[in-house]
Amino acid sequence: MMKLHEYQAKEVFGDAGIPTPASQLAETVDEAVDAAEAIGYPVAIKAQVQVGGRGKAGGIKLADDEAEAREAAESIIGMDLKGLHVDRVLVEAAVDFVDELYVGVTMDRGEGRPVAMVSTRGGVNIEEVAAEDPDAIAREHVDPAFGMHPYQARKAVYDAGVDREVARDVAGVLSTLYELWDDKDGSDAEINPLMVTADGEVIAADAVMNVDDDALFRHPDLAEMEDEAAGDDLEAKANEYDFDYVRLEGNVGIIGNGAGLVMTTLDLVDYYGGEPANFLDIGGGAQAERVSNALDMVFSDDNVDAVVFNIFGGITRGDEVARGINEALEQFDEIPKPVVVRLAGTNSEEGMEILNTDLVQVEATLEDAVQGAVARAEEVTQ
Amino acid sequence: MSVLVDDDTHVVVQGITGGEGKFHTEQMLDYGTNVVAGAVPGKGGQEVAGVPVYDTVDRAAREEDADAAVVFVPPAFAADACFEALDAPVDLVVAITEGIPTQDMSRVYRRLRETDTHLVGPNCPGVITPGEAKLGILPGNIFSSGNVGLVSRSGTLTYQVVDNLTDRGLGQSTAIGIGGDPIIGTDFVDALELFEDDPDSDAIVMCGEIGGEDEEEAARFIGEYVDTPVVGFIAGRTAPPGKRMGHAGAIVSGSGTGTAQSKIDALENVGVPVGDTPVEVADEIEAIL
Repeated sequence: MMKLHEYQAKEVFGDAGIPTPASQLAETVDEAVDAAEAIGYPVAIKAQVQVGGRGKAGGIKLADDEAEAREAAESIIGMDLKGLHVDRVLVEAAVDFVDELYVGVTMDRGEGRPVAMVSTRGGVNIEEVAAEDPDAIAREHVDPAFGMHPYQARKAVYDAGVDREVARDVAGVLSTLYELWDDKDGSDAEINPLMVTADGEVIAADAVMNVDDDALFRHPDLAEMEDEAAGDDLEAKANEYDFDYVRLEGNVGIIGNGAGLVMTTLDLVDYYGGEPANFLDIGGGAQAERVSNALDMVFSDDNVDAVVFNIFGGITRGDEVARGINEALEQFDEIPKPVVVRLAGTNSEEGMEILNTDLVQVEATLEDAVQGAVARAEEVTQ
Repeated sequence: MSVLVDDDTHVVVQGITGGEGKFHTEQMLDYGTNVVAGAVPGKGGQEVAGVPVYDTVDRAAREEDADAAVVFVPPAFAADACFEALDAPVDLVVAITEGIPTQDMSRVYRRLRETDTHLVGPNCPGVITPGEAKLGILPGNIFSSGNVGLVSRSGTLTYQVVDNLTDRGLGQSTAIGIGGDPIIGTDFVDALELFEDDPDSDAIVMCGEIGGEDEEEAARFIGEYVDTPVVGFIAGRTAPPGKRMGHAGAIVSGSGTGTAQSKIDALENVGVPVGDTPVEVADEIEAIL
């Protein structure tokens, strides 16, 4: 799932006609102060990182004058917010509001169709509202063949109990949000809060737009907005190698093929008393180069003490994987971390023959391979 | 007997002229599957592995009596291919393609509900009735004919569990890989219903994983309607919240739904034993039969 930054989402929403506060992006303290002067006080200075709860973590501050703007910008730019470095802030006119609403569109996977949501309890974590008081959120399912009818937007807004004075405008925002979600292949589109001012204007004070990765091929404009080096270095490397990879806390590295089987391998490491260091799915039909890249990934993780390599070949051929493992390991004078391999399925017997047992430990079953790797990792830590 | 496919299933392969389509058509034919046609726009009149190719699924179904379609079409065109198969119509569509945009599948799903067709997938390994036919990319050699029905969200995990079953001499009636996407056609409940009605499936293995609530729904369905003994397995016990574990559907949401534990609890509450390892699943099935 590709997440747009707040400033990017606001640009997309604003272009579609949803009112947003006057704002400017800034990368330095001076730029932020200049922006605040141009917009006029009070302003909100907001860290542009993709993480929830920015306000509580000190990533959003209000400023009433130049001195406060400078102080806020100095404290936010360069800060470390929940593990992410802040290198940009959005400086934005602070909205004087009387109400905070929530509007959102997402895919209800259980129903297999989109759902639009409205609540008068905006401005707070909507998942918490949903858990505590599900009735506080009005939901309207949409037939994807027709899109959202205007009456459905009105129905959601009235059902949620939105003030009649602004109901028509809020319904308009929801209709536009649905169209954007639909046009841009959104997985989630949200405005929280959608602020209502004393003179009855509605304005999007925050903006969330997450896009389906699988649909980025038809949205080159959005694909360009994707952050290159977001998050962990190893996760960035995985991106480059085109692996499904998630880094965890443990010391047993895991490489396998197929999401379900790799997850199962993680679970077995845990079951046999070890701690998984990562999820790494090399996918189907793994070529020698991918095998070698996968080993490189797991070896570069300092936390890893031993590796379990588990392949069940359907499309993937065991002999090819074995050659890849040999080639990758032959490059080292000394194998950086012990590797336990188990091959099953298509051409696995040939694969087992090919594997160089001077370089790897070979096991016949998944259970034995996992226990082997857990034991090798323990040897290293002792 | 079996469910969904047997040696009488007449298969049209959509995307038969592509690399994967061609390779797996050969594999399916080797296994004994009755592949009667291919369908690729603009390639009508050609032959692949001795199978005649037509420009449309409609034409292939009419000329060759195809009643099932396997989709090997690239993601950008796969939803269109599913619509084409649904409208032909055929009785069964198996969509192998990985990476179809979710909103496209939402529209396919909407159309599917108006038809009597079974759609398996997308992003799945397919369906196999051992000894009779396979539709998809499953490695035929690990399966053996028998009386255990199997339904799973993951391909390679299916192979692992089947391997453990076959090792013990526990053959399979039919194995259905339903796929790991957020929106799929045949879900656990549909598959359980098919196996429950199949007199030759004496036990059922259900392999789920984190994400969504399909396993919980399946547990409710088992509690009410399924008399055939079921054994479960759930992958992703160690998955952290908010991270997508490979499959687009495999994500534990921040609010704690879709966890392995909630699925295991739901199944155990209706008397379904859940194995800690794939071997334990085979142990349980052996004890039941």
